[in-house]
Amino acid sequence: MKRVYIVGVGLVKIDRHYDKGYMQLIHDAAKKAFNDIKYYNPEAVVVGNMLSSSLYNQDSLAALAIDAIGLRGLGGLKVEAACGSGGHAVAVGFSLVASGLYEQVIVIGVEKMSDYPTSTVTSALAQAADAEYEHIYGISFPALNALAMRLYMHRYEAKREDMALWPVRMHEYGSKNPYAQLRNRITIEDVLTSPIISDPIRLMDSAPIGDGAAVLLLASEDIAKKISDTPIEIAGIGLGSDGIDLSSREDILNPISVRKAAEKAFRMAKIEPNNVDVVEIHDAFTITALLSIEGLGFAKLGESWRYIKDGRFEAGDKPSINLSGGLKARGHPVGATGVYQVAEVSMQLRGDFPGVRVNNAEKGLAMNTGGVATLTSVIIVKR
Amino acid sequence: MKISPARIWREKGSRYKLEGSKCKKCGRISYPPKPSCPYCSCRETEVVELPKRGKVISWTIEYTVLEGYREYAPIIIGLIELENGVKVVAPIVDVNGNEVYEGMEVEAVLRKIYEDGNEGIIVYGVKFTPCNKH
Repeated sequence: MKRVYIVGVGLVKIDRHYDKGYMQLIHDAAKKAFNDIKYYNPEAVVVGNMLSSSLYNQDSLAALAIDAIGLRGLGGLKVEAACGSGGHAVAVGFSLVASGLYEQVIVIGVEKMSDYPTSTVTSALAQAADAEYEHIYGISFPALNALAMRLYMHRYEAKREDMALWPVRMHEYGSKNPYAQLRNRITIEDVLTSPIISDPIRLMDSAPIGDGAAVLLLASEDIAKKISDTPIEIAGIGLGSDGIDLSSREDILNPISVRKAAEKAFRMAKIEPNNVDVVEIHDAFTITALLSIEGLGFAKLGESWRYIKDGRFEAGDKPSINLSGGLKARGHPVGATGVYQVAEVSMQLRGDFPGVRVNNAEKGLAMNTGGVATLTSVIIVKR
Repeated sequence: MKISPARIWREKGSRYKLEGSKCKKCGRISYPPKPSCPYCSCRETEVVELPKRGKVISWTIEYTVLEGYREYAPIIIGLIELENGVKVVAPIVDVNGNEVYEGMEVEAVLRKIYEDGNEGIIVYGVKFTPCNKH
C-alpha cells in the first residue's frame, strides 16, 4: 500500500449560503485548496454528500462537482454514509491513491441544507435511521439521540447542567474560528432555556443547519514531497458499523462502530490514543460528543462527562478536542463535515489553522459518523 | 404516493403482530426481524412472535416532528424492554409526556402510524400504551 498525503485544503465558512448552490460552494472551496500548492494535476474526484438526492433530486453529484472545478473528463463518484459521508469519502479517496490506481485525487465534502424548512430537513436527516422501523413511525433523528441522552444521564448520574458544558465550550472555540457557522458565545443558562427539540435534547445541544464545502487534495508520496512544503500523511484509517435500527442494539450507550473504527485506525497508524495531540469528534448532539469520546478510548464508558466537567480536552490538553467548535458551533453541513474535520486537523499540524491552535501538534485524529454512530470513520493524520 | 402496498404487506408480521427473529444457532431474539443474527453472525434465523408487555427504559418527547406527522405531535417515543429482554423503539400513546417514567409498564397495541397523503395508503403498526391506565 502506498503512502498518501494531504497537500492542499480549502474550506468555505459554513453558513446559510442562500446565494450559492452546490457548484459555487465546491468551486470556492476548491480554489482555496489549489492556492495551497505549486501545481496539482488531479485524476479523480470523490464527493462526500448525504442529501443531494433527497432534497435536490440530484444524483450523479460527482459530475456536477467536476464541472464546478473545470475538470470535465475526470472520473468521480459520490460516497454516502449519512452524516458520516465526508469521512467515508476521505477513506475512498485515500484508497484510490494507496492502491496505486491514481496519484492525485480530490476529495470534496459538500452539503446544502438551508433552502428548506426545518421539518423538511429533519425528514431528510431521518433517512439516516431505519426507514421501516423508525422513520415510518415518525421517529426523528434527534429523538433517537434523546433516548440515548436520557439513558446516559440516568445510568451515569450526569445532571442536565453537566450536559450543558460541552455546547458552551464549543461556542467558545467557534467564536474564534472564522469558518464556523455559530460564532456567538453562550452560557449554561442559554443551553438550559433553549427550545426543546426532543426532550431532553434542546436546540443548544444540537448542531445547526447550514451549507458548506470542504476540499482535500490528496497525492502519493513522490508527488506530495515535490509539490508541497507541508504534506500531512494519512497514517491510519478505520471504518466501523452498528445496527441500522436502535432496537436491536445490545446497549445504545456502547458505540461499537466508533470502537471498531478507532481500533483499526490506531493499529494502522501504530499509535495509541494517548499519543494524539488534536482531535475532531462528531458532536451532532451533546450526547454524541460523550459517546464519541468514550468510543475513541479517551475516557471509559460513562466517564467522559466527568472529564469535561474537570476541564479535560481543552486547548493544550492531550488530546485537545474540537478546537474548531465542533459540529455544534463550526457547523454540520452533514455530508461535508468529515472533510472539514480532516482539513482542520491537518491545518493544526501545519500550524495554520485560523482559530484556536495547539502548538507543535504532530498527530491528529478525525472521527465522523452517520446515523446514531451507525457508520463511523476514524482518520489519523501526522506531520 | 411514496408508499406501495407491497412495501407495507411484506412487513405485516412485525408491524401487526410484533414478530422478531430468533437465531437458529445462539437462540437470541432481535427486533426488528433480520435474516442474519446481529449478535453471532449466523445467517439462519426464524420468525417468532414477541411478548406484548414490557417496561420503559428510556423515552423522549419529540416536538420537532417529521413532515406528515404534525397531527401526532408531540410524539412520545420509548425504548422498551419486553418481558423476554428484547428491546423495541416505538411510540407510546394514550399518555401525557409528564406521566412517563423509567420502569413504566406498557403493552403493545395496533395503531395508525402514517397516512400517505389524502388518497394514499394508511400504514398501521405497533405502538405501546400504559398497562395501568388512570
